[in-house]
Amino acid sequence: MDWNVIIVNLPFLMKGLWMSIKLAVLVICFAFPIACVMAVGRISNRLWIRYPSAIFVNIMRSNPLILIVFWFFFLVPILTGRPVGDFASVMIGFVVFFAAYFTEIIRSGIQSVGHNQIQAGLSTGLSYFQTMRMIVLPQALRNMIPALITECVIVFQGTTIAYVVGLREFLNSTFLVTERTLRPAELYIFAAIVYFIVCFAGSLLARQLEKRKVIT
Amino acid sequence: MALNYDFEWGLLLENPHKEWIIEGLAHTVGLSLTAWVIALIIGILIGTIRMTQSPLLRFIGTAYVEFFRNIPLLVQLFIWFFVFPLMLPNDLMFAWNRLPHVPLITALLALSLFTAARVAEHIRAGISSIPKGQFDAARSSGLTQVQMYRHVIIPYAFRVMIPTITSEFLTVFKNSALTLTIGVAEITGAAKAIEAWSFHGIEAYTVASVTYMTTTATVVLFMGWLEHRLRIPGLIARK
Repeated sequence: MDWNVIIVNLPFLMKGLWMSIKLAVLVICFAFPIACVMAVGRISNRLWIRYPSAIFVNIMRSNPLILIVFWFFFLVPILTGRPVGDFASVMIGFVVFFAAYFTEIIRSGIQSVGHNQIQAGLSTGLSYFQTMRMIVLPQALRNMIPALITECVIVFQGTTIAYVVGLREFLNSTFLVTERTLRPAELYIFAAIVYFIVCFAGSLLARQLEKRKVIT
Repeated sequence: MALNYDFEWGLLLENPHKEWIIEGLAHTVGLSLTAWVIALIIGILIGTIRMTQSPLLRFIGTAYVEFFRNIPLLVQLFIWFFVFPLMLPNDLMFAWNRLPHVPLITALLALSLFTAARVAEHIRAGISSIPKGQFDAARSSGLTQVQMYRHVIIPYAFRVMIPTITSEFLTVFKNSALTLTIGVAEITGAAKAIEAWSFHGIEAYTVASVTYMTTTATVVLFMGWLEHRLRIPGLIARK
């Protein structure tokens, strides 16, 4: 074992890690608002809103992320008619894919709030939107925060898949360094440790919040 | 927005594309079924030792689950593929490299161990969901701890856990797509190869997507039927 290889290549590796973090944060920032809209669509009474959202969510959830990335990597340049760059293609694929998962979390969060809460809200004279905004959503958000954090960890783990299209995130940077230095053992173990620390911290946070939420 | 693309669905039935698709289907199904079965066995073991009285066993179980859940599967695959053989003693390493289908074996190893951690979590959640009275009743009727688990807790927990364990198969099924990175020719890899070969990405990826979606639909329907067959009366309310 020669751990020096990591110190020498640390700047390059950290650039990759920064790329992973950037990708994950951007994906979450774009996917979450889309998912909020879709979640409301999923529980809408209007069938022409509910069915398309359900179909979209189920298509995304029954395909592997890697295949969705391939799809978008191939389709985006064709649809836009011009190259938009690897990062944009990968990001669009990730956003669409994870929006479906966030949708399901938000939907079950909204549905976890008892129906009598809505009735109570309405019977005190609040409108439907007021009930949603002031009664249902605050409770729903509280219920779903642990699941949302867990999903964010999954998004971060998912960024490794950008490796397959050659985007230079952390795993791909590690791979490139192993190609050059022929020291896979040290480098991959280092990568695993870094991923573990980030993801384990996220899991612990989610579990902590899970314990604290008591509203039912 | 002009869609500049010529559809040519016929090429999927031409060789070598057809052969790749058939081989890909076989690998995806074979790999995920085998990995799922192995993962169930290991997962049940790990899940159960996390519920025992011994702090050491509990620690081992928890460490296993946290370790495998918090490292991305792709990184785990690379470690099994690139690092694991280097860690073996020399003669074992040569034997390993001489094995036929090293990528396939590596993929099986990585997928099973990864999925086992997830199964173990489901098992633990399932066992925790059993009312305490069941444990008390079993012990007070004179069963030992092993007998209690064997005759009361596991049959009960098993039926509560059917939905999560079945959906775990779908997770393995989708995760098996990642093994294309270490050279397993499964269906996503086959689709990618056809795309690279012919530039007909839409047709190629459609084959892969349809595979995943029909499998998901079939398993979900089967799961609903199974859940209904094995339900514990009065416990699981189906909507």
